[in-house]
Amino acid sequence: MSGLVMPKADAATMSRRKEIVAALQAIVPGEGVVDVASAMRAFESDALTAYRQLPLVVVLPQTVRQVSQILKYCHDNTVKVVPRGSGTSLSGGALPLEDAVLLVMSRFNRILEIDYPNRVAVVQPGVTNLGITKAVEHEGFYYAPDPSSQIACSIGGNVAENSGGVHCLKYGLTANNVLGLEMVLISGEVVRLGGKHLDSEGYDLLGLMTGSEGLLGVVTEVTVRILQKPATARALMVGFPSSETAGQCVADIIAAGIIPGGMEMMDRPAIHAAEDFVHAGYPLDVEALLIIELDGPAVEVNHLIDMVEKIAGRNGASSCIISQSEEERMTFWAGRKAAFPAVGRISPDYLCMDGTIPRKELSQVLAGMRALSEKYGLRVANVFHAGDGNLHPLILYDANIPGELRKAEDFGADILRLCVKVGGVLTGEHGVGVEKRELMPEMFNEIDLNQQIRVKCAFDDKHLLNPGKVFPQLHRCAELGRMHVHRGQVPFPDIPRF
Amino acid sequence: MTIFTPSTEAEIVEAVQWALSEGAPVEVCGHGSKRGLGRPLQTEHTIALSNHSGVTLYEPDELVLSAKAGTPIAELEALLASKGQAFQFEPMDYGPLLGQAAGQGSLGGVLAANLCGPRRLKAGSARDHVLGVRVVSGRGELFKSGGRVVKNVTGYDLSKGMANSWGTLGIATEITFKVLPAPETETTLVVRGLMDDEAARAMAIAMGSSGEVASAAHLPVNICGRLVDGVLKGEASTLLRLEGFAPSVADRAAMLRGLLSSAGAIEELSGEISRKLWQEVRDVIPFADGTERPVWRVSMAPMEAYKLVASMRMGAAADAYYDWQGGLVWMRLDGEPEAEAVRALIRKYGGGHATLVRAPDAVRAATPVFEPQPAALAALSKRLKQQFDPDGILNPGRMVAGV
Ligand SMILES: Cc1cc2nc3c(=O)[nH]c(=O)nc-3n(C[C@H](O)[C@H](O)[C@H](O)COP(=O)(O)OP(=O)(O)OC[C@H]3O[C@@H](n4cnc5c(N)ncnc54)[C@H](O)[C@@H]3O)c2cc1C
Repeated sequence: MSGLVMPKADAATMSRRKEIVAALQAIVPGEGVVDVASAMRAFESDALTAYRQLPLVVVLPQTVRQVSQILKYCHDNTVKVVPRGSGTSLSGGALPLEDAVLLVMSRFNRILEIDYPNRVAVVQPGVTNLGITKAVEHEGFYYAPDPSSQIACSIGGNVAENSGGVHCLKYGLTANNVLGLEMVLISGEVVRLGGKHLDSEGYDLLGLMTGSEGLLGVVTEVTVRILQKPATARALMVGFPSSETAGQCVADIIAAGIIPGGMEMMDRPAIHAAEDFVHAGYPLDVEALLIIELDGPAVEVNHLIDMVEKIAGRNGASSCIISQSEEERMTFWAGRKAAFPAVGRISPDYLCMDGTIPRKELSQVLAGMRALSEKYGLRVANVFHAGDGNLHPLILYDANIPGELRKAEDFGADILRLCVKVGGVLTGEHGVGVEKRELMPEMFNEIDLNQQIRVKCAFDDKHLLNPGKVFPQLHRCAELGRMHVHRGQVPFPDIPRF
Repeated sequence: MTIFTPSTEAEIVEAVQWALSEGAPVEVCGHGSKRGLGRPLQTEHTIALSNHSGVTLYEPDELVLSAKAGTPIAELEALLASKGQAFQFEPMDYGPLLGQAAGQGSLGGVLAANLCGPRRLKAGSARDHVLGVRVVSGRGELFKSGGRVVKNVTGYDLSKGMANSWGTLGIATEITFKVLPAPETETTLVVRGLMDDEAARAMAIAMGSSGEVASAAHLPVNICGRLVDGVLKGEASTLLRLEGFAPSVADRAAMLRGLLSSAGAIEELSGEISRKLWQEVRDVIPFADGTERPVWRVSMAPMEAYKLVASMRMGAAADAYYDWQGGLVWMRLDGEPEAEAVRALIRKYGGGHATLVRAPDAVRAATPVFEPQPAALAALSKRLKQQFDPDGILNPGRMVAGV
């Protein structure tokens, strides 16, 4: 592993491995426990493949009761647990630990209920994102958040990462489309949040769980909103001579009151890589390409296409093609959707970054990236969820050249620092995981981070769930419990003060 | 009794630290517009954010607005409207229902009570639009979470954590919300004469169609006359709101008229009267009667809620109407609040929650105002409270007795 330091493996746990395996086998009989190294290889990394680690043991439960018993056992015996869905995390969220049980939720793969009048589906966490849409599309429905990994990633993983997709500008992220959860706490207690109704009573634990990267509880059931598919969708493919003009076009579209179903930007290197790969007909003489999709009733879509075409023209678009058929629309998207593998073709390895910036800072950030690219001597291609400011710089490197992974990681860290500096954030949708853990202090001071860790303490006071992820350093809960303000230390104020 | 009215973040920190050093619990409020909601507090001191007011960032192109927590929501709505934008979740105003003037609420209260409106199904509530917060915890520490961009998964989402926490975890000092373009055109289709169960089915069909219905409400016959100067008097009215660009609204209205042609006669209210109608539905104007008769806010699955109302009507004088496709019930009772009966029916019909949003102080002190939670969940909530406010100085007991 490159510079990554994970929590030191606990020798006592390692020495009890046999006993732990036996205990898990008693809970999940049959093939549900994997403890042979060769078979555990399949789980040694997620989609951040630069990091690999065999777990202590892998367990694949099938019932909520088993999950509860496993967690209770681990809690009682102080054994760490790393939850895993499909393992497509790009931030190392599901990276195993040498001394931790890897709890794989893939056998929770059933759709439990589809309720069209209430427009919800109740599913197990191992169901894939696309699996939900597949189950309801014959009735004209779909599940809106659509990460590019949707064929593979699990809805439980989506909840843990608060995943987004190209349609999130209009339809929201996972957090906005999940109505209820069942989860198991590290103590083994089963808790239900929300359901088919809206806005649970009490604290918004559903909101806290979404995006908590497997550190707070294990999701065992998810209730999601399903939506009627828009009647039509059409896209425009617009080329610009500069990223400034493309960025201004995006701003003007929004200023006109239009929220497109999707609005994606690619820079020159990404356009070329994608075009060489899928031949989508992208213009090669432009600096920036926008794909703007409008969806809804046909009259609305046609009305908005006209408006957007005019806005693009006013912003000096050098080319503008409007899809005339479903096939053509899909071709526009083919290049964008294949951007990652396309970049994979022109470079042995790449790192996918994920910062978000205020949109107006785009040109400045792109310029900064070009300078960094020269400094590090590594190429970078950019795809960009333009509507919501979420940037995916792809850093090209070769892992076989000694030191190059480290260089790529440093480059990536500098890009994220730049994002934070202009008012943005470290990660828009891929999560902190192990990848951006050390960068958290760029965004948060110690008090901010401690308050987050205190949330962790309310759920998991022994820090057994997914340790080593998200936080640069986990203070013990007891340490954090101390108050900084002590009675009598603050001078008695002259009342009333202000 | 001390009333702190801090006007800077530093003063808020100081006020909380004072309370900590004195071991003196405080009531936290903005302008006090929702004081009549939740469990009544027994605190001697108050921290009121009414002087901590003002917009700190508004960039219409970036769809983002930040303001200090005491900023009146009415002021923000006017500012947004001047740029053709709005809070898409249209936070309701509890003032009229609770016997207060309209327009008193502040931004902090919007998040603390997780307010929303009839667009809840399509657009979400405050929790879905909050992007970032600055908060003084019950430890007297200022922390921040989130940011000013829409897509952000950096660390736990403590901004959502503040939603619906009723000032019991911390005092939000500054809040950033996503804002969106206000709809260009709106119209409301009114299906007349449906019974509650028929209305639930009609609304489900409409919301499940490609008509992109922004909100769906049902007003039983005895309620209809109490909104928009009695325009709908005489027959039950099932309301479907359509919003967007004019050609699209017209097209979808025609489609829905076809889809629901067998349901009943369909009328249409558009423009200003449609806007006023939804505002009155949102603000529970039918029960803004100047009394303290108990009013419940019940959230259930849309196809179940009318069954609760039917059962309640058999045993008590219950007056009710529906928002959110039928899933939100506003219900006024004549006598006792009947908390146990209401909550037993919620359990019977698939779950949900009920809040006693209006009742005399003594009743709210004796009845769980918010839905009681199962033991494991209640214990988790309590642990969370302790992590933010270990000494229990912020709004103690506002949500749950003893927490
Ligand atoms: C090619 C590619 C494209 C991608 N595109 C996108 C995109 O467009 N948008 C986007 O947002 N992401 C994208 N991703 C990232 C990834 O797919 C998402 O983060 C996804 O949600 C992860 O789901 P998973 O089931 O694979 O989770 P895993 O990778 O298995 O786990 C991710 C995290 O979730 C936790 N977890 C998993 N299941 C549970 C559970 N049941 N309970 C509690 N915690 C759990 C794990 O501990 C871990 O921290 C992409 C990834 C790839 C490889």
